[in-house]
Amino acid sequence: MTTTGRAWVFGDDIDTDVLAPGQYMKGPVEELAKHCLETVDPLFARSVQSGDVLVAGRNFGVGSSREQAVQALRLLGISAVVARSFAGIFYRNAISLGLPVFVSADVGHVKPGETVTMDSDAATLTLHKTSQTIECEPLPSFLLDMIRDGGLVPHLEKKLKGGKPTA
Amino acid sequence: MVKTLAQKIIAKACGQASVDCGDVVTARVDLAMLHDSGGPRRVKPILERLGVPVWDPEKVVVVTDHFVPALDDDTQAIQMLTREWVAAQGVRAFYDQLGICHVVVPERGHLRPGMFVVGGDSHSPTGGAFGAYMFGIGATEMAGVLAIGEIWLKVPETILIEWTGQLAAQVTAKDIMLFLCGRFGMDGGQYQAVQFAGEAIAALSMQERMTLANMTAEFGGQTGLIAPDKVTRDYLAAAGAPIDDDDMAIWQTDPDAQLLAHHVFNAGDLQPQVAAPHSPANAVDVSACEPTTVDVAYIGACTGAKLDDLRMAASVLKGRRLAPGVELLVAPASRRDQETAETEGVMAVFKKAGARILPTACGICAGYGEERLAEDAVCISSTARNFRGRMGAASSNVYLGSPYTVAASAVAGRIADPREIMAEPSTS
Repeated sequence: MTTTGRAWVFGDDIDTDVLAPGQYMKGPVEELAKHCLETVDPLFARSVQSGDVLVAGRNFGVGSSREQAVQALRLLGISAVVARSFAGIFYRNAISLGLPVFVSADVGHVKPGETVTMDSDAATLTLHKTSQTIECEPLPSFLLDMIRDGGLVPHLEKKLKGGKPTA
Repeated sequence: MVKTLAQKIIAKACGQASVDCGDVVTARVDLAMLHDSGGPRRVKPILERLGVPVWDPEKVVVVTDHFVPALDDDTQAIQMLTREWVAAQGVRAFYDQLGICHVVVPERGHLRPGMFVVGGDSHSPTGGAFGAYMFGIGATEMAGVLAIGEIWLKVPETILIEWTGQLAAQVTAKDIMLFLCGRFGMDGGQYQAVQFAGEAIAALSMQERMTLANMTAEFGGQTGLIAPDKVTRDYLAAAGAPIDDDDMAIWQTDPDAQLLAHHVFNAGDLQPQVAAPHSPANAVDVSACEPTTVDVAYIGACTGAKLDDLRMAASVLKGRRLAPGVELLVAPASRRDQETAETEGVMAVFKKAGARILPTACGICAGYGEERLAEDAVCISSTARNFRGRMGAASSNVYLGSPYTVAASAVAGRIADPREIMAEPSTS
């Protein structure tokens, strides 16, 4: 699985209230997504494009268990998140919803707006301008399988309907 | 082989004699807790897609607390869906608008030591106060649990945090957690199991222990455990979930179990803490907090409006008035706690001081309802999170403190040390 897009670079402790503001939680996620990250970057939701990669610092997704934080990023077209570290519940939610998430100590090399290619199988992020390849920690294979299936629900569908379980 | 409490609970949930830290395992769930926001409205379509009912309705508890009160068509529809789903699935443990899930579920005797529990809310580590391995998950994972009754996890290491000695007067569990967030950051828990122990922890009431475990979410742990003792046993006996000596003996971390870290602090040295906007990790001693006038003081949430929290705040407010221009808002965490507070005269203290009492629900803490902080408002809050914009306008500033510190600040009109305010004479 590889995707190519622009890098959106954020700092440490990007929280779920910034990703999925509470005041929009009662409505459809399509509406909520328009406000994703607006308190730190008002242009993000209207400028992000399909295939773009979100790059962040420590503890990305800290806060609530609301998975609208993941859904909003997916709806906006984010194809992967690479961060120095993730908050645990966000990390689990991302995998359950089929959004590839990778941990890398080298996220500091990524410049905002530059073109990057994420290779989920190899767990690498390639920066086109410098041809630099950033190594990420590989996902355990059963979690990568879940992402390949499109998340937990299709994964379970396969399992419950007697297909070959991948975990 | 010696093991941690976390390993013992997870081993039981996996049906194995033992598990090793770092193993990825599949565990059977003893209880799944859902609320109205991430619960039925989100899991219903997934279960329909999978074509399965809830795996075991006796192992599910549902609480409505987020969209409460339901004041518009959207939120009323969410509550209707919740009630209909609960009835259709045969879930008997349903607490409709009786308070916040993290407080209501243990008060009704659903949690016991040794249980493996998931909750559809990030403050689910609260259940760890009872020696249960309880952690928060999102709605899709919850749907997966409801479909098959199991969930994967990586067996965590344990970070043991020991508090020796005794906390000083007006220093609380909340101050402990703000201090830990300030000291180690919001990822200090590394998504491992955090266990609290020591003389000062043993001296805490059950609800104070719940505050510790609750804010393990902010500290970044997967759960926050406290091994059962007499305080746990007495609380559970009163809640209708009695435990015996065997439960007490089994659900402990063995003395020589391997730990990821072991931190020891002297409780007597801890001062009241205040976390500046916009992170609990910005915690400092209240004496080191820059002079700050406040517009709103908020006593609310699972973290900061349980009966013990209400009692703390009222002990400061008794015989004192709010500073001019300060609004004090009180949203009790459970109906039962509110009723006890009424009986004890605690609610009367709030009313006499000039507080406005809000519905028993997640309220402003969750940022879901009509009540929100205004542009540029400065708030001191007994809640867990002061992220930018969470409780209202993006320009609002939220400081976190204990219920004592929030009440003292409401009286002073500025962020204040409760010991200083309580040293001043009151009218009663």
